[in-house]
Amino acid sequence: MSSSELDPELHAHGDTHGHGTYRSYFVGFALSVLLTAIPFWLVMANPIANPGVTAAIVIAFAVVQILVHTVCFLHVNTQAQGGWTLIAYVFTAVIVLITIAGSLWIMYHLNSNMMPGMMSAEASSSL
Amino acid sequence: MATATKQIVPDPTFHLVEGDDHEHETGGGTVLGFWIYLMSDALLFASIFATFGVLGTAYAGGPTPREIFELPLVALNTAILLVSSITFGFAMLAMEPGKVRQTQFWLGVTALLGASFVAVELYEFAALIHEGATPQRSGFLSAFFTLVGTHGLHVTVGIVWILVMLVQLGQRGLHVENKRRLLCLGMFWHFLDVIWIGVFTFVYLLGMLR
Repeated sequence: MSSSELDPELHAHGDTHGHGTYRSYFVGFALSVLLTAIPFWLVMANPIANPGVTAAIVIAFAVVQILVHTVCFLHVNTQAQGGWTLIAYVFTAVIVLITIAGSLWIMYHLNSNMMPGMMSAEASSSL
Repeated sequence: MATATKQIVPDPTFHLVEGDDHEHETGGGTVLGFWIYLMSDALLFASIFATFGVLGTAYAGGPTPREIFELPLVALNTAILLVSSITFGFAMLAMEPGKVRQTQFWLGVTALLGASFVAVELYEFAALIHEGATPQRSGFLSAFFTLVGTHGLHVTVGIVWILVMLVQLGQRGLHVENKRRLLCLGMFWHFLDVIWIGVFTFVYLLGMLR
C-alpha cells in the first residue's frame, strides 16, 4: 500500500511508522469533508423536522468522523508501536465515554429529583 | 503429552513483535510517550466536555445557543482546521524523503491556517462579549468559553511549536531528532482536529437544535 514500507532505506534512520501516504490523507480528507458538510447542512437547512432525529444523526456522523481521523490522520492501527497506541486509544475512549455519559446521567437524575414540585407539601414539611 | 506441549510454549509477549529491526529505542519510545500524553489530554477535554454537557442548558435567563451562535462562522473555522490537517499531512510526506524546503512550506501553510482559525475564534469571542454574552453571564457561557477556549489555547501552542520547528529545520535540517519532533507535532495537530469534531458537534450543532 505505501511506498515507504517497500523501501527499507526510508526506515533505516530511527524514525517510526505512521507517516501515512498521499492516499490515506486524501481519503481521510474527502471523507471528513463529507462527514462535516452533511451534519452542518442538516442543522442549517433543517430538512428533518424532528430535532431529536437530527441530533442522533449528527452525533453518529461525529463518531464516524472521529474514527476516520484516527485511522487516516493519526494512523492508529494494530501494527504501530507494537499495538500500544491502539490499546491506549481504546482505553482512553472507554474512560472518555464513562466520564461524559456518567456525568450526564448522574446530573440528569439529580436535576430531575431536585425539581421543585417533586416533593409533596407534607413530605417536605416533615423533613 | 500435556507437559511436553507445555514446555515448548514460548514466553508470552504483550505486544506484536515487529519483524524489521530498525531503531525503535529513541523514536519509538518518545512517540509512544507523546501518544500517552495526548490520551491524557483527551481525558482533560473529556472532563470539560462533561462540564459543558451538565451546564449546557443552565442559561440563567441569559442568551441561548440559538441566539448567539453563528454557524457559518463555525463552518468556516471547521473548514480551516480540516484543510490544515491535510497540509500538515503534506509536510509529513515531504519530510519522509528529506525534502526540507517542501516540509517548511507546508508547515508554514499549516501555521497560517492555524493562525486564521484562532483569529476567527477570537473574533467570535469578541463579538459574544460585546453582546454581553460573557463567561460570567451563565453556567452555559462559562462552560462554553472554557471548552472552546481550551481548544483554542491548544491550537495556539501548536502554532508556536510549528514556528519553533521551522527555525529548527532552517538551522539543522531534517535529522532524526527533528523528524521525531515533527512526528509528535503532527499527532498533536491531528489530535486537535479530532477534539474540534467534538466541539462543533456537541457545542454548536447540538446547541442550535436545542
